[in-house]
Amino acid sequence: MSEIVGKIVRISGPVIEADNMRGSKMYDVVRVGDENLIGEIIRLNEDIATVQVYEDTNGLKPGEKVISTLEPLSVELGPGLITNIYDGIQRPLPAINKQTGDFIARGVEAHALDRKKKWHFKPTAKPKDKVQGCDAIGEVQESTIILHKIIVPPDIQGTLLSIEKEGDYTVEDDIAVVATDKGDVKLRMLQRWPVRKARPVAEKYDPSLALITGQRVIDTFFPIAKGGTAAIPGGFGTGKTVILHQLAKWSDAQIIVYVGCGERGNEMTDVLREFPELEDPITHEPLMNRTVLIANTSNMPVAARDASVYTGITIAEYYRDMGYDVALMADSTSRWAEAMREISGRLEEMPGEEGYPAYLASRLAEFYERAGRVKLLGSKNKEGSVSVMGAVSPPGGDFSEPVSQNTLRIVKVFWALDADLADKRHFPSINWLKSYSLYLEEVSDWWEKTVGKDWLKLRNRAMALLQKESELQEIVKLVGPDALPPRERGLLESARMIRENYLQQSAFHEVDTYCPGKKQYEMLRLMLKFSDKIQEAVEKNVHIDDIISIKSRETLARTGTVPNEEFEKRFKSLEQEMENEFNSLIKERVK
Amino acid sequence: MKRKDIEYTTVSEVAGPLMIVEGVKDVAYNEVVKIRTSYGEERTGQVLEAFENKAVVQVFEGTRGLDTKNTSARFIGETMKLGVSKDMVGRVFDGTGNPLDNAPPIIPEERRDVNGDPINPCAREYPREFIQTGISTIDGLNTLVRGQKLPIFSGSGLPHNELAAQIARQAKVLGKEEKFAVVFCAMGITSEEANLFIKDFENTGALERTVMFLNLADDPTIERIILPRMALTCAEYLAFDLNMHVLVILTDMTNYAESLREIAAAREEVPGRRGYPGYMYTDLAMNYERAGRIKGKKGSITQIPMLTMPDDDITHPIPDLTGYITEGQIVLERGLHKKSIYPPIAVLPCLSRLMDRGIGKDKTREDHAGVSNQLYAAYAEGCDLRDLVAIVGEDALSDRDRKFLQFADEFEKRFVSQGNHEDRSIEQTLTIAWELLSGLPVSELKKIDETYIKKYLPPVKEEK
Repeated sequence: MSEIVGKIVRISGPVIEADNMRGSKMYDVVRVGDENLIGEIIRLNEDIATVQVYEDTNGLKPGEKVISTLEPLSVELGPGLITNIYDGIQRPLPAINKQTGDFIARGVEAHALDRKKKWHFKPTAKPKDKVQGCDAIGEVQESTIILHKIIVPPDIQGTLLSIEKEGDYTVEDDIAVVATDKGDVKLRMLQRWPVRKARPVAEKYDPSLALITGQRVIDTFFPIAKGGTAAIPGGFGTGKTVILHQLAKWSDAQIIVYVGCGERGNEMTDVLREFPELEDPITHEPLMNRTVLIANTSNMPVAARDASVYTGITIAEYYRDMGYDVALMADSTSRWAEAMREISGRLEEMPGEEGYPAYLASRLAEFYERAGRVKLLGSKNKEGSVSVMGAVSPPGGDFSEPVSQNTLRIVKVFWALDADLADKRHFPSINWLKSYSLYLEEVSDWWEKTVGKDWLKLRNRAMALLQKESELQEIVKLVGPDALPPRERGLLESARMIRENYLQQSAFHEVDTYCPGKKQYEMLRLMLKFSDKIQEAVEKNVHIDDIISIKSRETLARTGTVPNEEFEKRFKSLEQEMENEFNSLIKERVK
Repeated sequence: MKRKDIEYTTVSEVAGPLMIVEGVKDVAYNEVVKIRTSYGEERTGQVLEAFENKAVVQVFEGTRGLDTKNTSARFIGETMKLGVSKDMVGRVFDGTGNPLDNAPPIIPEERRDVNGDPINPCAREYPREFIQTGISTIDGLNTLVRGQKLPIFSGSGLPHNELAAQIARQAKVLGKEEKFAVVFCAMGITSEEANLFIKDFENTGALERTVMFLNLADDPTIERIILPRMALTCAEYLAFDLNMHVLVILTDMTNYAESLREIAAAREEVPGRRGYPGYMYTDLAMNYERAGRIKGKKGSITQIPMLTMPDDDITHPIPDLTGYITEGQIVLERGLHKKSIYPPIAVLPCLSRLMDRGIGKDKTREDHAGVSNQLYAAYAEGCDLRDLVAIVGEDALSDRDRKFLQFADEFEKRFVSQGNHEDRSIEQTLTIAWELLSGLPVSELKKIDETYIKKYLPPVKEEK
């Protein structure tokens, strides 16, 4: 097809219209103006194409040229993604930094993957092997922990004709040739994939493995499964970003894709600064070595914000196709929705609720549907998963707005953040009465097999206790705590213990920040035992104030900060001490 | 004739702050327009929408007196730029960058696009240098660090201007003598309010280190859109070219947002919440995100935007969107103000997101984080109990609860409240905190490490 060159006829913020564009397709990438800004076609009307421009359009003039690349917006996939940080359209920010300095100038071009860097490639397939999409033909050690499998692109199937020997290659070097029905295809380590199209899979499974995050309130009360979806809505200051950072740090996924979509620049800097220093609790390697970052901060062009979530999920799918468990965090999906709203407004489309476009719900659903635990294409029947956790920033902290509501209709886990809790510095401020997880049954199998047989029972008991507490609090508000019978006051004390010392967890304390599954289980068991003991003592007429002043209560309250290596020993002695103290209280009373 | 000399007299429509010029050629998006009214008065505008032969222009000084017959427009061939120079310090400018102080115009060293470019997240340095403001509720509980953007959410009639002036007066980084400057950007405030700042800066000698951008209540509202961009362009030059530590005070962002809404309405855009345009978040972020530090650069930009919450409503779009962008917020409360507590900072909804990295050993003091969390938790509990007492009376409370109730009162009286000229060091702030905490049972101090309790808790007074 011959080249399509049009010219700008109208500019309105990030949206431009170009004439003479007949022949270009929806969502094709175009280069706009003399500075070659990157844009994407979002509407076609005879000769006129409407384009959203991914860069600042200041100074652009009608009459300047628009060239269609005739290709949809795609990402580059291959070794070199891990530890890198990209903007919304996958331009590497460190490389841009070198090119244009501290500020991001316009019209910069940089390859997502370094073309010069040589990777040590080891073939794992041999000529005459039958290969199909997602079959690995070789591997590259991408970072200290990630073995990057070089996989056949999903749309290719055939017989391997030749493959290069072990050695150092760039991502553009040909490493293999596959004979397909349509002729021979050369494979390189670099492949491209259009971001708005999900990479195909053989079959979707139900998520059943727990994604362990080391966060007590999440793992124990509202767990997410590998391949699951979760939403974290909360007003500003409720700690969405801290929770997402915690999940990115401590989730037991092998690859983390963190998308900063329309949020603060300093938050991305924080990740960049902190992740290389933090150690993954499982592999003891820097967390950065399993992380890909996408940063399109709030002051970067709004159209690229829309692209950033798609860029992120496509990269996540690529690693899934190697058989990895990938977790993607998107902070925040509301900013993405707002980007859609802004573009839609410029297109003068008929608005839906609160000015959002009518297709908001379907776009959100499409995005979350790309998560899942799947059987991969390819002949090996391998599995992989993409879990998606999206922050939602409802205006005024009111969950009845369209983005929250449409998200909740799709996701299976809801972590409701509560401004009241945040004001009291109860962090993570996940409201235990409003939140839910539909994966509880699925993941309880894993917990019961590996951690403790009565896990689900303990969890449900604790939940019931908290529920009961909230009912009692209503009464306390009317009559005061002193008017309650001792049994109920005992319940309040037990619930307070769980609320303040189990649900709360400090992200900034070096030990408390990550709580292994076994420790979570033991803590909960001890706290429920404490609850039982209180009831037992109260039955024997021990005064509630005497119970509150026992020493093991204070020790129990600080169990979160007991180092993970010694908790088993220390918890045992704590349990003993608790029993002794209660026994002596009861003995005294009986005397 | 050069393109930029062509005067178009083809104005076809004037509506609100907008003007449409027909038959134009080669007009760039966001290009600056010089407009001459039929009386020969000159005004400035900017292209909001560019077509092949038509341009929609927003007029900064207002459209009063424009007509569709004699008014002419000249497109000057560049986007809005501000001439920057080190001589700007100590001067006063209006919304179009012209001096207001009867002194000659500055000779710019460079002309910069007022919209600026986003800082590359890779180039940012994470802010972590503690700024001591001398105000306990800020230093102790919501620590400000260099490069942070920390807004003050206020209401009409609350002393937010006094507070901002006090911060500007007292803010310092401990143990260092460094070049610093204040950029003061007034959008739609009254001349009385502006004078308060000017006087205060004069008295403390800060005026010669201050750059002022003024758009007072009776100045054209549309200029308010461009004013913070000018101020921040100047701040960026001072910080990242001249290595100064710049404190930017933006007041009042509510007026800014109103102007934004006015333009959106005039353009007949689809409104978002409460009539504010859907892109208000992005627009505010373009200003707020210009705070920060850059690797390898000495200077920094710290922003204190101020806004009055309409009807004290923190969920109103202006404070709401601001809170989503800034790194925390300081909230003023009418109730405290009525109790004559200055500064009336409502501690519970306040937050400083960058605090954790700016405090602790070698920065403030090792016990700072724990003490701060404990104060928050105890005060929150005390406030809850107040509600309870209102219903059941104080007698129904347990001993423990009564102590928390008392703590909350003492906390407001001794910790929150302080003089307008009282400059408390961080040590003093923490000492007051420990004195207050000593009124609570030691077993309740769960948020503080035991070793610090031993080290800092004053000996308990024996109860009779």
